[in-house]
Amino acid sequence: MSLSRKAAVVGAYEHPTRFAPDKSMFQIMAESIRGALQDAGLTIKDVDGLCTTGIGMSGMGIVGFCDYMNLTPNFVDSTSIGGSSFVAHTAHAAAAIAAGLCSVCVVVYGSTAASSRFAIGTGGAGGGSDPCDQYEIPYGPTTVGSYAMVAQRHMHEYGTTSEQLAEIAVTMRLHASMNAAAKYRDPITIEDVLASRIISSPLHLLDCCIISDGGGALVITSAERARDLKKKPVYILGTGETVRHVADGHRDFLEIAAAQSGRLAFERAGVAHKDIDLAMIYDSFTITVMATLENLGFCKRGEGGAFVRGGRLRFDGELPCNTDGGGLSSNHPGMRGIFLVIEAAKQLRGECGARQVRDCNLALVHGTGGALGTRHSGATLILSNQ
Amino acid sequence: MAEQQQKKYSKPLPHIDEENRPWWEALQRHELYIQKCRDCGWTRYYPRALCTQCLSARTQWMRCSGRGKVYTFTVTYQNQVPGFRESLPYVMAYVELDEGVKMLTNLVDCRPEDVKIGMPVEVVYEDVTPEVTLAKFRPAR
Repeated sequence: MSLSRKAAVVGAYEHPTRFAPDKSMFQIMAESIRGALQDAGLTIKDVDGLCTTGIGMSGMGIVGFCDYMNLTPNFVDSTSIGGSSFVAHTAHAAAAIAAGLCSVCVVVYGSTAASSRFAIGTGGAGGGSDPCDQYEIPYGPTTVGSYAMVAQRHMHEYGTTSEQLAEIAVTMRLHASMNAAAKYRDPITIEDVLASRIISSPLHLLDCCIISDGGGALVITSAERARDLKKKPVYILGTGETVRHVADGHRDFLEIAAAQSGRLAFERAGVAHKDIDLAMIYDSFTITVMATLENLGFCKRGEGGAFVRGGRLRFDGELPCNTDGGGLSSNHPGMRGIFLVIEAAKQLRGECGARQVRDCNLALVHGTGGALGTRHSGATLILSNQ
Repeated sequence: MAEQQQKKYSKPLPHIDEENRPWWEALQRHELYIQKCRDCGWTRYYPRALCTQCLSARTQWMRCSGRGKVYTFTVTYQNQVPGFRESLPYVMAYVELDEGVKMLTNLVDCRPEDVKIGMPVEVVYEDVTPEVTLAKFRPAR
């Protein structure tokens, strides 16, 4: 009983804003849904499933958003596992459609992190009230610090250098220069990254994602229905999700959730690493990309440094990565998982203009949520236009 | 210690409850413990009521030597949280205790630039308030 090719992404829309002090989060979300439905050739009346998260602290945020949109869906999912949530939502929507729980499901995200001056990475990590937080918050953990500790260990175990991490940032910026909506588009060099101030050692400012306002939406339906719509369907072939954490104090820090979620997605899709034409990899920080590529199995653990050198991740390289410019240069309002799926869909449909990957037929998406060095989630998708 | 009592401690404090109280009270006595399951032998930090491997509630408290090594660290230069933003830069680290578990902590009594992974460290207890003592680590003497 496989999920493969039962559902497809038929609408994908990234809100063009990166700074919107005049708009609320909900308005950004509503506009994103409108854009995605127009992209799909469907209307709000067709929608009977909704996935979203990131709204308020009550856990009931999705109900408030349904109120705002006057929706009464047959399927709701507000799985809240950090930035990867929307990648997981895509998988959950596919499963719901395959199971007959709904027929047209919207996944949506919106945030005003920039105009609300929300310090995403340096405002302190941890919710504060969970048991695990009590042994951490007294010491001053930050989200960036958690990732930095993984980078520090990676350098110690494998000899990875700041130059190697910097190349990831340089490639993301190159891609952003070809994306009119990206927040930062001026090219940078490895020297620029190394010269930028250290936020939490060994991560420099330019190793860290930007802060923007933004939003996006996806429309997902059955493969059958997708074939009647106007654009090439983006079929969901494989999915996987899991978490990693301190593991009672026994964790291997350099194994991340991608090791498990990626293996599940590849097994379920029945494809090989060499078949992947595009990798959309959550880039909260440069180390996130390097550790993810290793743990997904594109290279061996420890070889990430060499793997990213020489332009391999360029849109015209061996493994194009984050062709929109990523969270490092284009868009990161706090949780960017939805943008990974949106860009993958556009690439698979051949809609990316100057940054289009040639012969792009199979894409992998991997979202990481939370703090890599403390506790995080991973969600992987494999998508195809055939 | 006298200076700390005069200035109000402004950093976040842990929430102490019945599940973790014995561990925090031990820190006040300047003792560091981890837990070991009496049924399957699995060791764990941070303290919890049940073993995660077999769900047993039979717990042995193991007194730690207080010694370990730096497993990884970061020197934090930016933190907006009140209390911490006045103490920048400071060192976050995971220390791997000799007993085999890693705990998140701060490294103190050393220059940030001198911290190295693998560096031997020893626990130092900070009585930050009358109710709370924190376990931090300094280079082993």
